[in-house]
Amino acid sequence: MSSPALVRHPEDGMPTASIAEAGPVPAVTPAAAPTSFGALMLRWYRLNQGRLRATAIGIISLLAFLLVWHLLTTYRVVFFVRFTNVPSPLAVYASFVKAIHDPKFLMHVLLSCRRIFFGFSLAAIVGVPLGLIMGRFKLVHEIIFPVAEVLRPIPAIAWVPMAIMLWPTNEQSIVYITFLGSFFPILVNTLHGMSLVDPVLVRAAQCLGARERSIFREVYFPASLPHIFTGLTVGMGVAWVSLIAAEMISGQYGIGYFTWEAYSLVQYADIALGMIAIGVLGLGSSLLIRGAGQLVMPWRST
Amino acid sequence: MSEVLAAKPKGHIEVKNFSLAYETIEGPVQAVTDTQIHVNPGEFVSIVGPSGCGKSTLLNAVAGFLKPTTGIVTVDGERVNGPSAERGMVFQQYSLFPWKTVRENVEFGLKMRGMPRSQRERAARTLLGLAGLEAFEKHYPERLSGGMKQRVGIVRALATGPKVLLLDEPFGALDAQTRVIMQQILTNMWQRLKISVLFVTHDIDEAIFLSDRVYCMTARPGSIKAEIPIPLERPRQQSMMMSSEFLALRRGLMSLIREESLKAMGGEINDLGMQGLSIELQGHSLADVI
Ligand SMILES: Nc1ncnc2c1ncn2[C@@H]1O[C@H](COP(=O)(O)OP(=O)(O)OP(=O)(O)O)[C@@H](O)[C@H]1O
Ligand SMILES: [Mg+2]
Repeated sequence: MSSPALVRHPEDGMPTASIAEAGPVPAVTPAAAPTSFGALMLRWYRLNQGRLRATAIGIISLLAFLLVWHLLTTYRVVFFVRFTNVPSPLAVYASFVKAIHDPKFLMHVLLSCRRIFFGFSLAAIVGVPLGLIMGRFKLVHEIIFPVAEVLRPIPAIAWVPMAIMLWPTNEQSIVYITFLGSFFPILVNTLHGMSLVDPVLVRAAQCLGARERSIFREVYFPASLPHIFTGLTVGMGVAWVSLIAAEMISGQYGIGYFTWEAYSLVQYADIALGMIAIGVLGLGSSLLIRGAGQLVMPWRST
Repeated sequence: MSEVLAAKPKGHIEVKNFSLAYETIEGPVQAVTDTQIHVNPGEFVSIVGPSGCGKSTLLNAVAGFLKPTTGIVTVDGERVNGPSAERGMVFQQYSLFPWKTVRENVEFGLKMRGMPRSQRERAARTLLGLAGLEAFEKHYPERLSGGMKQRVGIVRALATGPKVLLLDEPFGALDAQTRVIMQQILTNMWQRLKISVLFVTHDIDEAIFLSDRVYCMTARPGSIKAEIPIPLERPRQQSMMMSSEFLALRRGLMSLIREESLKAMGGEINDLGMQGLSIELQGHSLADVI
């Protein structure tokens, strides 16, 4: 389960970033004065010291990971875990070079991305408004919540047989499973955000003349946005988990299918390549959501 | 702007036979009983009283957030039944919208009224200028100090040109220096806009310094214990706080409040069943003991 871990900590662009962030806070820079380029650079450096440090440590940590991997595989270490058949980083690199010139591999990747796009977008389009409405109108909450609570614990993978029966094509059932995976985290987090809206802000809006609809648009929605984006980030992670599982079980294309097929065809380097591709795609999509979040919530990025 | 700077005083608040009880599992909690207050148009009136005596309750009822159990609240003869832009409110907690810049916060009420963007931008700028905040119009509230936040809160509440301004311990969280400045700014704005102000505080100096009249409330269930006119002339200066007139008013209010605070605390102490204290208290009043 590599992708949910990546997704659950989107702020840790690198595995060690959180350690670095816990370090000393960079000194506050003095108030602005007309300055030379050199002084500007210096100030930029001071302000971003923490981030630079995190990046540096992150790169070193990744390199160390590669080195350990390399050593374990070249010496074919057997110590409880058997590295005898595990491909080395160089072998994976070689199969990567081959793969990027192979339209079939690209098609696998693109198809997975398309499924994520449709499944996740649908989940967001349904989940966010539903959460907002459920948070605001008790009756809707009372009607929908019990059903959601019963369906929520069912892992998306457990839906595979049912999905195959429900949907006419394989493609649709995979998208459906991706949708299910991301839907509940999005719904639950949106609801949570709605329940945390500060009542004082609602009162403030009311005595400035805001009516129900404006309060919804101007207070409840923006106040819930941080949690909505948490839901989207978590949902994206679960979407990948569900997608890969679905592809491995019922797919014909897709990066999950590619990884599984590599195992059946005894192409061990391709297994690792598939896994890394999934990791990178998962990370990339959660970074996209983070970026979108910063665009939509400029008040939180200072 | 013409509305905002209207010259005619307005906003006659009348609270009659007011009582309010909160419904709880243990039964109704009587927060305020048998209260009459009024604020004349353009008048600055404060409510002081011990903690928990129902000041916020009373103010929230005037704002329209709470329905009186008995009695009636009117503003300019119209019965209050729900919050409206006619009654601006400043809360004790910071209540700026974190997702709006300072200017957007101030514009909010005008936007709700449907004023076109360019017009409300201009209005907001002018008002922010009055409060010395024009340099911060593009900042998000997170980056402001506490005093600035409350200043923006006051400006925002005034932007729609309300008939009355209700303030619930707006400066409670500020340090002494900032408080003094905020009091001055509030006084300035009030004199300019000529609206009625109902101001809740537990700071006696603040109440005297700002007000034309001060209501002192009893401990819970709160009712009006005394009504004290403040005849100090305006404009008021910081130095007045040392004058004998001010100090006399202060002493009077102080003893009224002290009596009530002790009553409130005595009740609580007995509630807690602190046997030793209550035995000692027999025959004495708590005031004698402390
Ligand atoms: N929602 C509520 N439910 C039950 N009781 C309440 C509720 N709100 C307030 N009370 C009670 O009503 C009384 C008056 O509360 P209120 O907040 O008006 O006091 P206050 O004078 O503003 O106090 P403070 O100076 O501490 O802000 C208090 O004893 C409080 O415990
Ligand atoms: Mg209060």
